[in-house]
Amino acid sequence: MYATNYHRASSVDEAVKLAGTGDDTKYVSGGQTLIATMKQRLAAPSDLIDLRHVPSMKGISVSGRSVRIGAAATHAEVASSSELRAVCPGLADLAAGIGDPHVRHLGTIGGSIANNDPAADYPAGLLGLGATIVTDRRQIAADDFFTGLFDTALEAGEVITEIRFEAPEKSAYAKFANPASRYAMTGVFVAKTGGGVRVAVTGAGSDGVFRHQGMEQALAGNWSAEAVAGVAVDSSELLSDLHASAEYRANLVRVMAKRAVAAAR
Amino acid sequence: MAKVTLTVNGRTVSGECEERTLLVHFIRDKLGLTGTHVGCDTNQCGACVIHMDGKSIKSCSILAVQASGSSITTIEGLAQNGELHPVQAAFKEHHGLQCGFCTPGMVMTAVDLINSKGTSLTEEDVRHGLEGNICRCTGYHNIVKSVLSAADAMQPGRQAAE
Ligand SMILES: Cc1cc2nc3c(=O)[nH]c(=O)nc-3n(C[C@H](O)[C@H](O)[C@H](O)COP(=O)(O)OP(=O)(O)OC[C@H]3O[C@@H](n4cnc5c(N)ncnc54)[C@H](O)[C@@H]3O)c2cc1C
Ligand code: FES
Ligand code: FES
Repeated sequence: MYATNYHRASSVDEAVKLAGTGDDTKYVSGGQTLIATMKQRLAAPSDLIDLRHVPSMKGISVSGRSVRIGAAATHAEVASSSELRAVCPGLADLAAGIGDPHVRHLGTIGGSIANNDPAADYPAGLLGLGATIVTDRRQIAADDFFTGLFDTALEAGEVITEIRFEAPEKSAYAKFANPASRYAMTGVFVAKTGGGVRVAVTGAGSDGVFRHQGMEQALAGNWSAEAVAGVAVDSSELLSDLHASAEYRANLVRVMAKRAVAAAR
Repeated sequence: MAKVTLTVNGRTVSGECEERTLLVHFIRDKLGLTGTHVGCDTNQCGACVIHMDGKSIKSCSILAVQASGSSITTIEGLAQNGELHPVQAAFKEHHGLQCGFCTPGMVMTAVDLINSKGTSLTEEDVRHGLEGNICRCTGYHNIVKSVLSAADAMQPGRQAAE
């Protein structure tokens, strides 16, 4: 790892101010992606701003059907929140399936979506829920937030502070995990909400997480695993790598969608 | 250089290190606690697992400065008054180790797993809970056996609850 300077922020304002100082400053939350990347010398920020100690970015709260998750909430906290589980078990289950217990104890929801790894789980969850990503300066709809492989709508120095969404009537996430890394080889999040059905797919798209309109339409008319079984999945825009061909992933999208609909609560 | 202060196995210690120093290297090289191992360069093997504020983490995935102010437990902190911790004793009893390289991480993971799952811990929970720990020798069966046996020993109500 190359040398770096460490700063610990105690408020969002302080973090944003610090971000304007060094010549290549990066935020660090759980560090489960960033520190690993720095060890490989694939990232070499001059300055790190630690967000783990910002009180306003912590915690999970539910009021009626409205959910607020602090950006610094760890995967383990999301997985074990009984308040969240009571209104949206789909997202709690998704968090429980990320990586391993040690990764879940440090990794955060804000870090995961800021990174927008094409095989990460949370992008599918938040896109599927139609969540709002709240930053230090604005609110961004999930539909506008995830813009491509490892790419988001975030500007330089912008901090994600919290995630908000209305709990759906039903939701679930089904993932076909890569047997070695546990990342999603394909993962599908389905949600039946007041505003319609949403189906978000991760791990499969060559441009990152995406919504599948065909499945959304089929499920809007008939919420059942059979309804998605017949929906065509175009493989021309799916990833192909040593783990799976695009055609194989297209089939996985359908199978994971069926499983998610069958499991939705 | 940065100053790092930690409570390690109940004792407050501080030391200077570079800001890029990983917690595992601080523990091994500065504190001389070499029970915590480094088995990979990619955050995947779990040989370096310790507890930070009571939760299992990979000490190779965090800088020492990030951990400063926290309370950590390493494998050296488990045995009390010369008596092995029940999880350590169970690994010995059930042949849960061969070369022993992965063992400190396995034991620290198991202790957190048993403490957090309580009396409801099942074999499936153990196999799932060890997902972040790789062993090249044992084939895992005896590790799982050790963890379940330790859970019985630590929580007498466990079997009755099943
Ligand atoms: C062994 C292993 C297995 C894993 N398996 C999975 C898996 O199965 N599924 C999965 O989804 N993920 C997996 N991960 C990744 C894990 O979920 C990470 O926690 C996550 O990708 C990043 O979160 P973090 O808090 O650690 O972010 P960090 O590593 O701290 O940061 C990641 C990036 O986000 C930026 N950032 C962090 N916080 C903010 C913020 N609040 N606002 C703006 N930018 C921010 C940082 O500058 C950095 O660029 C795995 C990781 C490991 C090591
Ligand atoms: S040394 Fe392999 S995970 Fe830490
Ligand atoms: S006992 Fe040798 S690696 Fe596990």
